Amino acid sequence: MKLSEFIVPEAIIPALESTERDAVLREMVSSLADAGALPREAIDEVVAAIIKREQNGSTGFGKGVAVPHVKHPKVKKMAGTVGRSETGIDFAALDHQPVYSVVLLLSPDNQPQQHLQAMNIIFSSLQKDMFRRFLRQSTTRQAIQELLEEADQGK
Amino acid sequence: MTASKEVVISNVHGLHTRPVMKFVDMASQFASEIKVHKGGAEPADADGKSVMQMIILAAEAGTPLRIDAEGEDADQAVEQLVALVESKFGED
Repeated sequence: MKLSEFIVPEAIIPALESTERDAVLREMVSSLADAGALPREAIDEVVAAIIKREQNGSTGFGKGVAVPHVKHPKVKKMAGTVGRSETGIDFAALDHQPVYSVVLLLSPDNQPQQHLQAMNIIFSSLQKDMFRRFLRQSTTRQAIQELLEEADQGK
Repeated sequence: MTASKEVVISNVHGLHTRPVMKFVDMASQFASEIKVHKGGAEPADADGKSVMQMIILAAEAGTPLRIDAEGEDADQAVEQLVALVESKFGED
């Protein structure tokens, strides 16, 4: 699987307006809805589900990145987006450090294998120091898109 | 001391984030080094104490795993981690 198969380019947010975790999650889910990847009327429910998921255990796995995700019946097709924060977000991360790069993934509730494959490809990129550093330095949607394309090509 | 045992992932959603967190939490309580080998069509290895590496395994339901431990509490570690996988991590 490739990042380009589920990351919606139009939904990428190079500079998040929100600075609080829950507001960031809403901003990113709304962006996916704006791009047509999720029905607008599902935003509230999906955001609530992601917040609940975060409360069960932070997806801020350390090193300045977080990967909030949820499997939800209102999601008909897997979709993801990337958000960058200049100021840093308190995600209650495992290493207690602020989060600067967020990869959000929405999956249908009945395709666990596809979800695992997507998490595999996201984490394969995020565990690379160079990828994290370049993502943090990418200040435009196009730059982020190009970084994702390079990751897909195995560069 | 080394210990090793095979177990098959049986919860429907596979080794997604929550089961990984439970596994890594438990593995981290042991002094032994813990390695997880994923068998099946796409074999891979992970440090059993690393959340990122374990998520990258993307082990789905039905996937065989081999849990290897090396250290003073190896037997106990393998036994308890296998039991955790067999319990479906408390999920369906």
